[in-house]
Amino acid sequence: MNFLASQLVHAVQTRTALDPGSTNLTPEEAYEIQDEVIEALGGSAPVAKLGLTSKAKQQQMKVAEPLYGWFVEGSEIRAGESLVSSELIQPRVEPEVAFLIGDDLAGPDVGAHQVLAATVSVMPAIDVLDSRYSGYSFTLPDVIADNASAAHYALGGPVPVEGINLRNVGCVFSKNGEVVGTAAGAAVMGHPAAAVAWFVRKLSERNQSLAAGSLVLAGALTGAIPVAAGDSVTVEIDRIGALDLAVR
Amino acid sequence: MSENSKPIDHTAWSDALYAAWTSRTPIAPLTEQVPGLTIDDAYQIQQGLAAHLISDGGAVIGYKLGLTSKPMQELLGVDEPDYGPLLSPMVYDDGASIDLAAYIQPKVEAEIALVLDRPLRGPNVTVLDAAQAIGSAAAAIEMVDSRIRDWNIKLLDTISDLASSAATIIGARAVSIEGWDPRLVGMIISRNGEVVATGAGAAALGNPVQAVAWLANTLALHGVGLEAGQLIMTGSLHAAFDVAPGDVIKAEFDRLGTVQVRMT
Repeated sequence: MNFLASQLVHAVQTRTALDPGSTNLTPEEAYEIQDEVIEALGGSAPVAKLGLTSKAKQQQMKVAEPLYGWFVEGSEIRAGESLVSSELIQPRVEPEVAFLIGDDLAGPDVGAHQVLAATVSVMPAIDVLDSRYSGYSFTLPDVIADNASAAHYALGGPVPVEGINLRNVGCVFSKNGEVVGTAAGAAVMGHPAAAVAWFVRKLSERNQSLAAGSLVLAGALTGAIPVAAGDSVTVEIDRIGALDLAVR
Repeated sequence: MSENSKPIDHTAWSDALYAAWTSRTPIAPLTEQVPGLTIDDAYQIQQGLAAHLISDGGAVIGYKLGLTSKPMQELLGVDEPDYGPLLSPMVYDDGASIDLAAYIQPKVEAEIALVLDRPLRGPNVTVLDAAQAIGSAAAAIEMVDSRIRDWNIKLLDTISDLASSAATIIGARAVSIEGWDPRLVGMIISRNGEVVATGAGAAALGNPVQAVAWLANTLALHGVGLEAGQLIMTGSLHAAFDVAPGDVIKAEFDRLGTVQVRMT
């Protein structure tokens, strides 16, 4: 097993942060390490997440494109369950739109329209991040290897995407009843479906495709916020729905 | 206040701000020049400045709120918004061109404008009272400017300076607020076709309707009520940004449509 992969797996299993990342792998090498990490943690669910989808975050990280990761089996926090902060290193949460994909999507030319045509439903989602690098300090290949900081996710109820302009829909993110961020869908690469299309094109570079039945969390609408035991966060997305997550 | 402090000459400071406005020459912060300035002094200076601008031709057609977001309040160390009158010569229609030579250090921000179709008088105005008094909403862009050098403002500086008002551009669609939640309405503001920021209604004091209730209750402390037909700019949905000649600024709102202004 690759040394960084084994370090990352150990960090997850022992809930101990690694020192800030500083690898200079290529993204391709980093995705291969990610594959090893996911395999060692029990294999992936057909649930992907995208990261660094906002221009602000890309500029902050000095990168020109987003990244993806896969949730491992059993990562979902189901309705009525809480996020257990003691099981993670340094959890942060982000509001997102999730897409349930109904047809296989593949190829280097897939665009947002094809993604929308293949979308069965969309739902509000909370992405729970947990970087395995101390202080979320990492380079792009570091965070790719760390499976895009994936930890858990929670989903609200699904609605059909027809008739919803995901570019314009408003999102309000609150913690303990206070607004901590607002956005419109365009915060994610101009349109959340454009981020999913990027993901499909990126998979095609690795001769992979997005299978029917996959779920994709399309990237953060607002900045991530840290959470601790006792907190409660709420995502409200206009025209789609709302979702609460309690932390204990 | 100590015994030897002189009474503040509100008229002189209104005159100084008006001179700064018309000559486009900013002045040092009042909070550095006027010891003992209070919030009541600042609103009195604001009224004097508004009187000058009204006597040049115009009328009060509503109000604008400022400092409605938590980040801006934290930046200025306050826990309340502020307000200023909206004057008719400062209001433009969708698609207008604005000559930036008339301003000192302009910035723009997208806001939800709400129009009352019933009077609203505090105290004790609830969010429900405010919602019932509001007739419609419209997409809007506010251009702010500061007559205080380098935007080096504290709360009392911006209050005195007409809440940093400069121009308001209002969309052409008046949309009933029934059947949707102003907290959740999404907004995208772009410059020359590129997205600069996005936000939703809740960025303004948690709820733009709450902003109207706050305004009615705060004006009531001065014996003033809101009138039917008045327009209320409820506060920015994102961080304001600088503009330059040639910029085309467009704000797109879900449910409310778009509003655009060209800077020359």
